[in-house]
Amino acid sequence: MTFPPVLSLRGISKRFGGVQALLDVELQLRAGEVVALAGDNGAGKSTLIKVISGVGPADRGVIEWEGRLVHIKRPHDAHALGIATVYQDLAMCDNLDVVGNLFLGREIDRVGILDEVEMERRARELMRTLSIRIPDVRMPVAALSAGQRQAVAISRSLMGAPKVLLLDEPTAALGVEQTSHLLDLIEQVRDRGMAILLISHNMGDIKAVADRVAVLRLGRNNGLFDVSTASQEQIISSITGAADNAVAHRTAGTEEAWP
Amino acid sequence: MSGGGSPRDAGTGGGAGTGTATPGRGPRTRGWQRSLKGYADEVRGRVRVGERGPILVVLGLIVIWLIFQSLDDNFLSPRNLSNLSVEIVGTGLVAVGIVFVLLIGEIDLSVGSVSGLSGAVFAVLNVNLGMPEWLAVIVGVASGMAVGAFQGAFFAWLGVPAFVVTLAGLLVWNGLTLYLLGASGTINIDEEGLVASLTSEYFGAMAVAYGLAAIGTAGYLLAALRHRNRNKAAGMPNRPLSEIWVRGGALAVLAFGTAHTLNRFQGLPLALLIFLVVLVVSDYVLRRTRYGRKVYALGGGVEAARRAGVGVERVRIAMFMVSGTLAAIGGLFVASGLTSASPTTARAAGSGMLLINAIAAAVIGGTSLFGGRGSPWSVLLGVLVIQSIASGMALLGVEDSVQFMITGGVLLAAVAADSLSRRAETPGGRPRAG
Ligand SMILES: Nc1ncnc2c1ncn2[C@@H]1O[C@H](COP(=O)(O)OP(=O)(O)O)[C@@H](O)[C@H]1O
Ligand SMILES: [Mg+2]
Repeated sequence: MTFPPVLSLRGISKRFGGVQALLDVELQLRAGEVVALAGDNGAGKSTLIKVISGVGPADRGVIEWEGRLVHIKRPHDAHALGIATVYQDLAMCDNLDVVGNLFLGREIDRVGILDEVEMERRARELMRTLSIRIPDVRMPVAALSAGQRQAVAISRSLMGAPKVLLLDEPTAALGVEQTSHLLDLIEQVRDRGMAILLISHNMGDIKAVADRVAVLRLGRNNGLFDVSTASQEQIISSITGAADNAVAHRTAGTEEAWP
Repeated sequence: MSGGGSPRDAGTGGGAGTGTATPGRGPRTRGWQRSLKGYADEVRGRVRVGERGPILVVLGLIVIWLIFQSLDDNFLSPRNLSNLSVEIVGTGLVAVGIVFVLLIGEIDLSVGSVSGLSGAVFAVLNVNLGMPEWLAVIVGVASGMAVGAFQGAFFAWLGVPAFVVTLAGLLVWNGLTLYLLGASGTINIDEEGLVASLTSEYFGAMAVAYGLAAIGTAGYLLAALRHRNRNKAAGMPNRPLSEIWVRGGALAVLAFGTAHTLNRFQGLPLALLIFLVVLVVSDYVLRRTRYGRKVYALGGGVEAARRAGVGVERVRIAMFMVSGTLAAIGGLFVASGLTSASPTTARAAGSGMLLINAIAAAVIGGTSLFGGRGSPWSVLLGVLVIQSIASGMALLGVEDSVQFMITGGVLLAAVAADSLSRRAETPGGRPRAG
């Protein structure tokens, strides 16, 4: 815990027209640690991920990478630092096969000519090391199930050996078994020393893999909890806002309000 | 591709072939079974993602040929087939341009007018103003490229839907063509000139057509075997060797059959050679290069492509430039076939017949209107179907009115097939980008 965080955010603010999506948000990610980012719908979780990944840079705020100030203005900047992202919508090219999607934008080539054999070889290797089962890496992703797509999206993000992995609601579209596969995968990746930010709505997932939970509410930090010590009620009331006025609103009914 | 490497690769390929064949009957049967199963799986996979194999279209083409042959036994004569192979080129080149735009999920409705424009620009500059022919050709083609850049920029940067931009273009460029030709009316181009020779030049020596067939077949086999060996060296599963030989054999029969037919008339037409070169080059660029991968990616998911660092706007503009350029080149072939540029043909170009034929050719061959699926080769098959129908009807003296209705009906059928296969592609309510 004495290491400087890999990634540290301070005073991050972002506004969309009349909506203050983020205001003075702080967050720190450490190697080998899973931080869950929780918050109600519209709390700004996806917006924060887009700030870090360079897709939607912040209006204000400071980002430090391994203790030094950096500017992330484009996806390329985040990539170059070693930040990988799996977006909520799992945007992929349905017409391309698994290999094509894994290597999209960083194809292996010789003077512009694709080296399909080498890409396929590495794709298979990656699938094997992550114990991901896909019927065929030459299958178009359109033919894959939701869980398989998720697995491909995560493998894609791990291709460049990143140091930070951002996952936006990765379990939302998955069944029970697929979810547990995914959580295994996350642990496996964490054990390799990666820092992981996991957006999730699911208390079970959070309890299962996260070390800490950072809560956003209406675009602001609303609590940081240690998963091993904090109670589920504490976390939930901080998400729903009951903790804004803890004495008045903390009731036994909060847990049932969880979606 | 690498001159010195290929023969050696071919050698090892042959060795591997003997290797698989020696173990005797048992394993070989299994090999065939595996290959059949693999093929069945592949077909199933393709059907699931909405790709149609070429088999149906090939059958359709055979049926069309047999029908016209039974109505007029000149239809399958070497002369008529040779003429067909020249007539497909103008529309075919325009259709290849359309494929580039369709692959990114857009449409270019201006190609017919642009092809008319380039013919007129060429004729006015060369015949009326005395510009050297080669320079007039360059300016004609460049005019198509400029039109494509202009329309592409409107679409990519200003966000105006492509079909509106190019629909406006259809009228504007046709108007410009009529304006250019307005002063002089019909312009006859030099019958001995460069442009006229595009559709009148043949390589009469038999060796040329046969040689091209041999090069094509050998090129396919070498590439396939080389890929197989590299796969093997990397320890990855391969398709059975028998499949390569079957495909290669089919290609050889097709290529040498075509060469034989062409040689029974006047030999290999220059136009066909140019068309084949354009097909090979554009297919290679689209399917084997980094750049081509960006194009397919854009058609398969704009958001994913953007996140992967594809310069979406630039690729979009480039694709409209390709389509404008190929439309202009196609227009020179049309002018070459008529040895003139005239207000009548310009009006015909603006009427949409060429446009519809080009779109139909691309879609019949298997390129999707919804982006991301298809290839330039699809045009060869599609344009053969379209032009066979047109040429057969002309041979039988079918009236324009009926021809229009039939061509329109064929386009509608092809698009319907495309839409149905796309619907089949999405089995469950899978979350989509956006
Ligand atoms: N591109 C955008 N344009 C306008 N408003 C946006 C945009 N993206 C997000 N917002 C708004 O910002 C707020 C936070 O959204 P988001 O980060 O998606 O929340 P969530 O925590 O559910 O992921 C919401 O009020 C949302 O409507
Ligand atoms: Mg979200």
